[in-house]
Amino acid sequence: MTPPEQNNTVEITVDGVAVSARSGELLIAACERNGTYIPRFCYHPRMSSVGMCRMCLVEVDTGRGFALQPSCMLTVSDQMKVSTNSETAKKAQDGVLEFLLINHPLDCPVCDKGGECPLQDQTMAYGPGETRFVEEKRHFQKPIPISETVFLDRERCILCDRCTRFADEVAGDALIHFMGRGNHTEVNTFTDEPFASYFSGNTVQICPVGALTAAPYRFKARPWDLSETLSTAWVDSVGSRVALQASRNRLLRVLGADADAVNWGWLSDKERFGFEALNSAQRLSSPKLRQAAADAEHHWEDVSWGEALERISADLAAAAAERVAVLGGARLTNEAQYMWVKLAKGVIGTDNVDAQLGDGLDPAVVLGLPRATINDACKPGSVVVLLGPDPKEELGVLYLRLRHAVVNDEVTLIEITPTSTGLSHLAQHCLRPAPGRTAQLVETLLAEVCSGTAEDHPAANSTSEDGAEDGAELREAAKCLGQAVSTGAGVTVILGRASLAEASGGVEAAAYALADLETVRFLPALRRGNVLGALESGLAPGLLPGGARLTEASEDLSDLWPQLPAEPGLDAAGVLAAAADGAIDVLLLVGADPLNDFVDRDLAYRGLKGAGQVIAIDLFVNDSTELAASIVLPAAGPSECDGTFTNIEGRVSLMNCKVTPPGTARPDWMIAAELAERIKPGSASLLDSPEAVRAELVAVSDVHKSITEQALVENHLEGVLLASTERAGMLSAPGAGTNAGTSVGPAAEIPDGAYALIAARTMYDDGVMLRHCESSRNLAAAPRVWINPADMEAEGLRDGAAVRLVSDCGHIEATLASEAGVSAGSLKVNWLAPGAPANSLIAADSHVTAVRIQPR
Amino acid sequence: MSTPHESDGYLAHAPGYVANDGPKLITSRFEHSDSFTLQRYLATGGYNGLQAALRATPQEVHQQVREATLLGRGGAGFPAGVKWGFLPPGKHPYYLVVNGDESEPGTYKDRLLMERDPHQLIEGCLIACYALGLQQCFLYVRGEMALAQERITAALNEAYEAGYVGREIRGSDFSVDIVMSQGAGAYIVGEETALIESLEGRRGMPRLKPPYFPAAVGLYGQPTIVNNVETLSNLPWLLTNGAEAYRSYGSETSPGTRMFAVSGHLQRPGVYEVQHGVTTFRELIYGNNYCQGIRQGRELKMFIPGGGSSPWFFGEHLDLPLEAKPVGAAGSMLGSGAIVVMDDTTDAVKAAWRVVKFFARESCGKCTPCREGTTWLEQILRRILDGEGRPADIDLLLDIGDNISPGPYPAAAHGELEAVPFPPRQTTICPLGPSAVAPVVSTIRRFRHEYEAKITRRDPIPVMAVPAGAAL
Repeated sequence: MTPPEQNNTVEITVDGVAVSARSGELLIAACERNGTYIPRFCYHPRMSSVGMCRMCLVEVDTGRGFALQPSCMLTVSDQMKVSTNSETAKKAQDGVLEFLLINHPLDCPVCDKGGECPLQDQTMAYGPGETRFVEEKRHFQKPIPISETVFLDRERCILCDRCTRFADEVAGDALIHFMGRGNHTEVNTFTDEPFASYFSGNTVQICPVGALTAAPYRFKARPWDLSETLSTAWVDSVGSRVALQASRNRLLRVLGADADAVNWGWLSDKERFGFEALNSAQRLSSPKLRQAAADAEHHWEDVSWGEALERISADLAAAAAERVAVLGGARLTNEAQYMWVKLAKGVIGTDNVDAQLGDGLDPAVVLGLPRATINDACKPGSVVVLLGPDPKEELGVLYLRLRHAVVNDEVTLIEITPTSTGLSHLAQHCLRPAPGRTAQLVETLLAEVCSGTAEDHPAANSTSEDGAEDGAELREAAKCLGQAVSTGAGVTVILGRASLAEASGGVEAAAYALADLETVRFLPALRRGNVLGALESGLAPGLLPGGARLTEASEDLSDLWPQLPAEPGLDAAGVLAAAADGAIDVLLLVGADPLNDFVDRDLAYRGLKGAGQVIAIDLFVNDSTELAASIVLPAAGPSECDGTFTNIEGRVSLMNCKVTPPGTARPDWMIAAELAERIKPGSASLLDSPEAVRAELVAVSDVHKSITEQALVENHLEGVLLASTERAGMLSAPGAGTNAGTSVGPAAEIPDGAYALIAARTMYDDGVMLRHCESSRNLAAAPRVWINPADMEAEGLRDGAAVRLVSDCGHIEATLASEAGVSAGSLKVNWLAPGAPANSLIAADSHVTAVRIQPR
Repeated sequence: MSTPHESDGYLAHAPGYVANDGPKLITSRFEHSDSFTLQRYLATGGYNGLQAALRATPQEVHQQVREATLLGRGGAGFPAGVKWGFLPPGKHPYYLVVNGDESEPGTYKDRLLMERDPHQLIEGCLIACYALGLQQCFLYVRGEMALAQERITAALNEAYEAGYVGREIRGSDFSVDIVMSQGAGAYIVGEETALIESLEGRRGMPRLKPPYFPAAVGLYGQPTIVNNVETLSNLPWLLTNGAEAYRSYGSETSPGTRMFAVSGHLQRPGVYEVQHGVTTFRELIYGNNYCQGIRQGRELKMFIPGGGSSPWFFGEHLDLPLEAKPVGAAGSMLGSGAIVVMDDTTDAVKAAWRVVKFFARESCGKCTPCREGTTWLEQILRRILDGEGRPADIDLLLDIGDNISPGPYPAAAHGELEAVPFPPRQTTICPLGPSAVAPVVSTIRRFRHEYEAKITRRDPIPVMAVPAGAAL
């Protein structure tokens, strides 16, 4: 949307003053940049102009006299003469404003928008002071819900086309439309087709009147009572910049901030409305101790922080270092993550630390591959390879950016995913590897890129019966990829786990192979909050802050840390397996819910039960804590403490404190610092603020050198990219990608009559945070099984049938849906559906998961 | 009024058409009751124009149309030959779109052409396609015109079967497909860019300009020629008889004939084909060959010269020729060839209200001034008619009009102003909003006293009866 940097400027005259404008720029934007604000309602810099509201009319010299022209539709041209304040222009603007108001209810005193309403503001500046309209106003039924969270008041609507344009152009969910015509035009949804968009909240933010309101904020506050701070969204790893707004020490609203490099002002609804969980009455507000009761029941008893920390530090001190493990931490700020790494590795001395719960990628892959920014991926004319999850479901704003790039900026999308995604209809080429065959497919693709000849590789044909056709698609994709490499157009691979039901090795091996192509860069699509920050801080086995290996500790680090683990430790699967075998005495869950989040539910259960002692630091009591924790410490959530966030690009931005945490909840960094100080006095005595922790992180990690306080302040909107993230040496790290070259094909692993399972996340699931979001919790996707229509027919089942999926590990019950985007022989289920956790079907050590389908 | 009789010249099989002694370049077949069949068409020189065209090169056909100065009959009066020349070279495919969404109040000439002589239109399309090297033509017929749709469908089927449309027409290497599309009943779709939107399956709303002409970016983003039904219906005669013969009709600047739909308080309202640019309003309205004067010998009060959107004319304009330029100079426009005549029994305010109501209903709702302003005008006029007018209302009406269509309004007294000036005087995208202003300003300017009389008359406010038992 932003015009590319151009040196050629043009001279225009605005109200008699000569100013310079960028050629190709819209007149309204050029005037605004030069200090002349032209009133507008329908114009939005991030969407195409429609010239509907007519508020931005100005007089422009056409060569045959001055004429009224909408300045949002006109691109500047050299020597253009514009009058924004002539009698004619002002009368036209006044006239339009009067027209807009005649049917507007003027219910500002009871309208949520009152006080921050563009219509209200511009009524003060333009138009007659009193109405000349004595007729009856247009009437509609007062707010109607158009989705679970969004309400529409058509009486207030001025039909500016912003919401409908957003839904159609930006989100691609054209579910709200203009209906009727003339004076009876209204915005509405079609019957039985609610505005069920993951991005509906943006329409509320861009509505220039109070026509669209969202449930979480309705009637909660007046804008003048809100105080605001810039922060970063935490529910996924895109790191959208947000404005946190609070009143009376309560977070009330989250708005998208327009960071050009990241989210362009857009947010997914989960980022926007997810804050509701923080206000939940179920939040932990004091340390709790499990008290067993007679009948195997238990209850939680409040204890003081002193007592809780004393118990924990005593337990930690008593346990052998290698019998302590820390899981989780992706929710935390960079500072808290560093503090927990220091506590675990530097103070306790254990390397059994993992922020990913078997649902991520090998840290060596994430940190070692050359990294792309979102802007790199969206660079006009470049090629994007989607080798990962559906961005629409997992990384909403990334989906919006990619969609814009493909639709408007001639970015070519090649999809290598086991099922169709929200971007499939925009993809130039779709390759569908069967579960477990991603690496082979990519190898074939690359062989094709290199040789440029058609080879009849068996893997290329494995995806469907019609091998020839798939081969052709693969050849086309290879041609496209080859061209991009040879012309230097730029190739970005969006890398992540499209399916949690197969091991990560396949996609990692594919990434290694792709990395051989020149100019290719990678954008990790790991979903979990600040997961990049966690990996960069060292919350992974074998790693130190900045991605250094245990043996590569810098001098600064050796000075500041009392000790270092001797041997690389266990990852999440290893920790849980060890715990199940009774080899873990203390298991710390830092914002982790292995039962729901770990890929193997059975192993998680056994691990939690088998651990000597489970200690949780969290916002809520979750299923895992309820099952096994002996002590739960309340943590301060995002918006309740200061810190920084690292997004998938390695972009570090501030997360600011806006409200105080509930009860005695404390920031995670502080909890770790206190434990460290208790175990090894002096190890954290100087770390008394997030800034101090950050300073130590910057001191011990080369990668974090760019994150100075000054840089953070200067780039407070866009954030600061980590220093060089080129760590090619990591790629040869032992263990990296060892489970990659799976020689056993799925054909061997999937028995006759069974299907290969694909487990993919949906935007809304049964996660603990969403459960506590009052207005979005009903959105959690019900358990579904998507099946190829041919397979469904062969099974003799029909759409909507209730079925049971059975694997070697367990079973779930779900509703069947036919979906052509699922290859024959595969089944897709949604991750963490209420009542049907897909991880109960999966074994942590299997490459692919075979399931059978049974009618219920 | 009594129903028209055949003895008066009305043809029962061609409702709206009146037999007359005028020239008949495009209405020659209307007298036959089976004029819409291929059989009759071929028996009366049908498809001769196409044969003539196929014998010439496309460039020669285009040149003939240029030489004939065939003016567009949709309203703007732009020469078709020049419009055709706007197609950018090499941006294939091109499309021809036939604007059969005739819906200007008072206009019904295209309907007759489509109902009575569909083959003539099809032949016109084929000639245009041949001249421009097009292979695809879309015939967009207004949603309400069921008979026209039926007749065109039947005619297309006949023409396909007889090899006049389709692949390798009549043994030549010229192939064209013609598809008929039905509108969904919106006046605004008569605007060519809104028509293209509708044809593409979207809401019929005008496109933003620039690009100013569909010839550059039109249907499906391709160069598109949009021509009116009557314009294309002229082509068969033109090609059969040549440009010179065509130019022997009408005036130097507006050759040929033109169809006018004359309605209102007339002895013999109907559709007439007259010599373009030569015949005057007086001849058409009072001439014995045409409308034969005002009904029952009454006096003319006012008339709309070019469809509902044109400013109104009065007695002093009767001697103007039916030609765009002089009509424009006099402060109105000839538009789509619809003349509505009102006699001295007409209530000027009510007449204005009726036309404004039409535009208010037909506003697409896209631009604020049109969406809100036209309805507001209608509400005020309605209120004045209901005896609830206020003295300030007259100036309010004018000011609302000025906010939709700013600047001095053209009138005979301001002869130097063009009726359709450039740059356009409108705060809207398309001219629909300003169209609703025309009748209001025209009538206030001329009959302000009628407005004032209604406003000073205070009708008693009726007492609202509350039904017994109604919940209050």
